[in-house]
Amino acid sequence: MDEFVNLKETELRLGLPGTDNVCEEKESIISCCNNNNKRALSSDNEKENESSSRKTETSPPRKAQIVGWPPVRSYRKNNIQTKKNESEHEGQGIYVKVSMDGAPYLRKIDLSCYKGYSELLKALEVMFKFSVGEYFERDGYKGSDFVPTYEDKDGDWMLIGDVPWEMFICTCKRLRIMKGSEAKCLSCGV
Amino acid sequence: MNYFPDEVIEHVFDFVTSHKDRNAISLVCKSWYKIERFSRQKVFIGNCYAINPERLLRRFPCLKSLTLKGKPHFADFNLVPHEWGGFVLPWIEALARSRVGLEELRLKRMVVTDESLELLSRSFVNFKSLVLVSCEGFTTDGLASIAANCRHLRDLDLQENEIDDHRGQWLSCFPDTCTTLVTLNFACLEGETNLVALERLVARSPNLKSLKLNRAVPLDALARLMACAPQIVDLGVGSYENDPDSESYMKLKAAIKKCTSLRSLSGFLEAAPHCLSAFHPICHNLTSLNLSYAAEIHGSHLIKLIQHCKKLQRLWILDSIGDKGLEVVASTCKELQELRVFPSDLLGGGNTAVTEEGLVAISAGCPKLHSILYFCQQMTNAALVTVAKNCPNFIRFRLCILEPNKPDHVTSQPLDEGFGAIVKACKSLRRLSHSGLLTDQVFLYIGMYANQLEMLSIAFAGDTDKGMLYVLNGCKKMKKLEIRDSPFGDTALLADVSKYETMRSLWMSSCEVTLSGCKRLAQKAPWLNVEIINENDNNRMEENGHEGRQKVDKMYLYRTVVGTRMDAPPFVWIL
Repeated sequence: MDEFVNLKETELRLGLPGTDNVCEEKESIISCCNNNNKRALSSDNEKENESSSRKTETSPPRKAQIVGWPPVRSYRKNNIQTKKNESEHEGQGIYVKVSMDGAPYLRKIDLSCYKGYSELLKALEVMFKFSVGEYFERDGYKGSDFVPTYEDKDGDWMLIGDVPWEMFICTCKRLRIMKGSEAKCLSCGV
Repeated sequence: MNYFPDEVIEHVFDFVTSHKDRNAISLVCKSWYKIERFSRQKVFIGNCYAINPERLLRRFPCLKSLTLKGKPHFADFNLVPHEWGGFVLPWIEALARSRVGLEELRLKRMVVTDESLELLSRSFVNFKSLVLVSCEGFTTDGLASIAANCRHLRDLDLQENEIDDHRGQWLSCFPDTCTTLVTLNFACLEGETNLVALERLVARSPNLKSLKLNRAVPLDALARLMACAPQIVDLGVGSYENDPDSESYMKLKAAIKKCTSLRSLSGFLEAAPHCLSAFHPICHNLTSLNLSYAAEIHGSHLIKLIQHCKKLQRLWILDSIGDKGLEVVASTCKELQELRVFPSDLLGGGNTAVTEEGLVAISAGCPKLHSILYFCQQMTNAALVTVAKNCPNFIRFRLCILEPNKPDHVTSQPLDEGFGAIVKACKSLRRLSHSGLLTDQVFLYIGMYANQLEMLSIAFAGDTDKGMLYVLNGCKKMKKLEIRDSPFGDTALLADVSKYETMRSLWMSSCEVTLSGCKRLAQKAPWLNVEIINENDNNRMEENGHEGRQKVDKMYLYRTVVGTRMDAPPFVWIL
């Protein structure tokens, strides 16, 4: 995991230094606290010299994201973007829903942020506070009540980890962390 | 006023339905208060934490219909953490225990679980109507309980909720004896739909007036559905992709022609635009058209459709319509009352197509316009002054210039004068959202002229506390004030504490308000809940030794008669 952290620090991307990557569990929560910087007409402003480091509008391809702006309901944002993601996976993020049996809320993650299954599973474990056990090619996941599954383009529920990662992110429509007896059936040599 | 027996007064009260009027009636005298509370059937609660279910039921024991709103408005834009609150379960539990004859429940921005829906479905024999708007926390299993257990269900209306779709058979849980449906809206469900169950349900629902389908209902199914529900008034089309020569498309065209009561059209979540012409025969009857999710409908197909809709009163559209498209709307839709233009490109590619010209054209062509929500790239003071002159009847005016702090793009001035003209001309204005570069001056105008203003949304605006003070002092009818990223601090917050008793709520995030300011406010006003929302787990802000001078990230305060709520998560600190 350490290698992953260092890669992030040196990665070239838009956004303020020190802001989180947009695809992590919480969106960038650095909102425009330093609103004084935008007062082009205000001269009493002692924070003016910080304005150069504060970019809220930058050039394409992706503007630095201000949380909650533009003020469009998240439902609407997700539904307009879903269509775009279905047609082009590159550059826009591959957002899929993640549900966990027994949890009242779903989450969304960007699959394009992860380089492989171990990173994805680690992120899911952190997000939902559980652990998946160990993956065996023949027997699936052992050592836990939870089994990570995904729904593919054909509508079938598949065990995460069987196919190559690149194939997985192209065919995965959503994730579901199964629990309990349903999970046991899937993980013990189907 | 005791000339009439109570029954007569009660009968008169039956004609008074608006909750504002009913509230006013109850204040006239003790006798009227008593008559009113026993005859009140519909109650509206704008903030579910302002009161609790026990007190509600003590006052209104004959309650039949309840409307509840939970999270603050800015929760729509991800500014409120998911676990903040707004749980409906305690309400349903209390209503169930009291055996009140609940028939209708309308919820907005609340957390609803399958358990609550199950309890709801089992507790009220006459339950008829469930409307959920922007709610979350439940799955199709909860919907299955409602379908199975509510024998007289009339309305199941799900608007823009986050629902976990288990692809179960919730639609087939409606028993064969269920024939009372009037409204069925499941457009927000993502998963597959049991089309056979759906068709049979529609076929046995002769009173069905409103049907909104989800993405998974294809065109051939739509044709069959419309054929067995020609009485439909409000239709949400699901997936609309098809080959125009196919038999299904022919059947659809025939079915549409028979739907002479159709007044409202929406959906087209996936659309083949060249098939839109199937709807042209009924367009002249349409009063409401919502194409704001139809990203694939634009250009000439969209224009042709709109040109047929001469009676349109409500139009929701994406900005891909362009200024030219809005000019067509202006010249065609003379009855237009409400317009919403949403941004189609949310990642800021900058290629959106509506500007101040589209807005001016609409204002010139549509004299009945009273509500607008307009996302655009740029604006000028001159345009806003013209709009104010053309349309002095605005009740709701919401303008969002996508780039924060953008000035008038011609003069580079702030947009104070433009918005000033709007508030000055529109004497009935109740709701305002502004944007672009704005100084304290705009707030001076708002405080001076916006006498009827009830809701104001401020973002990236103002220079000093004076701005907020102008609003608090001037707008006597203010109910909901929400502010983000603006330089207002403790002085404005504390200037008139009694003002907040006349308001429902105040939200301030990323402003200059400090912890000690909030604490002082909470001390002076024990009838307020002052919530500090801090996701960074720095709950114990004062332990950092900043003596309360630390700025508060998010503050939400609201009047309440029931004190601190018990269900707040750890990152919410109620002072």
